[in-house]
Amino acid sequence: MIQVKRLVLDVLKPHQPTCLELAKSIAAVGAGYQVDIRVEEVDEKTETVRIELEADDIDFTAVEACIQQLGAALHSIDEVKVEHSVSN
Amino acid sequence: MWRQLLFLLSISNSDGIIRRYFVVNGFDGALTMLGLMTGFIVSPPTELSIVIGVCLSAAIALGVSGVSSAYVSESAERKRTLKQLEDAMVSSLDETAHSDAARWVPLLTAIVNGMAPFTMSLLILSPLWLSQYGIEFILAPLHASVVIALAIVFGLGVFLGRISDMSLLVSGLRTMLLAILTTVLIYFFAGA
Repeated sequence: MIQVKRLVLDVLKPHQPTCLELAKSIAAVGAGYQVDIRVEEVDEKTETVRIELEADDIDFTAVEACIQQLGAALHSIDEVKVEHSVSN
Repeated sequence: MWRQLLFLLSISNSDGIIRRYFVVNGFDGALTMLGLMTGFIVSPPTELSIVIGVCLSAAIALGVSGVSSAYVSESAERKRTLKQLEDAMVSSLDETAHSDAARWVPLLTAIVNGMAPFTMSLLILSPLWLSQYGIEFILAPLHASVVIALAIVFGLGVFLGRISDMSLLVSGLRTMLLAILTTVLIYFFAGA
């Protein structure tokens, strides 16, 4: 079974919601999600953030939908860690 | 539902605007009713049912005016803000929390802007209604309404004092002084 363990995303977001609210919303997508957000650049109405996400099995589609629902745009997936675990 | 509304207010930075609308239009409603009551006191005696009819009509007009004016202006303002944000994001914000905020915040603002003067007017009118049902106060119904109007204006001042973190008593007395000044002006011009 292929499991996504870690993702680093480059995201453009409006100032609102804040990084804290964005992190909470992403973390709420699944149990055990660890979210780390760092602001890379701040413009007049937007900011570019780097989101590091770790979990046992990240549901990327749900994370992307959550990011878009908050008005942010996913620019690129910068890092990925995927594991092929042997299921019984 | 309530948390979602608070979230939409937060992302659109609208909580302060709604608070402002509540105070401004609530103050309008209370002062309008105070003016009407004072006008009826200084004028030749009028039947209570006529007083209630006139004041209720004014309250309804204030409510409808508050709802419609706030909805039209806030709706235009939110659309403009959303468009500016879309330009900055270089993408459409349809079906996002921001478009939800642009749709719901004007509605919520309009309800607050209309309900504030309407409910305050009804509170001020309550002694007149109660009097019609035979419930009497120490004061005459019109005078009791004036006292309630002054109390509401004082309450709005206290509310403003809490927001601006100044003395609640001073803030309350300041707004009540404005209401008393209004009453004096009406006595002076209409009662002369």
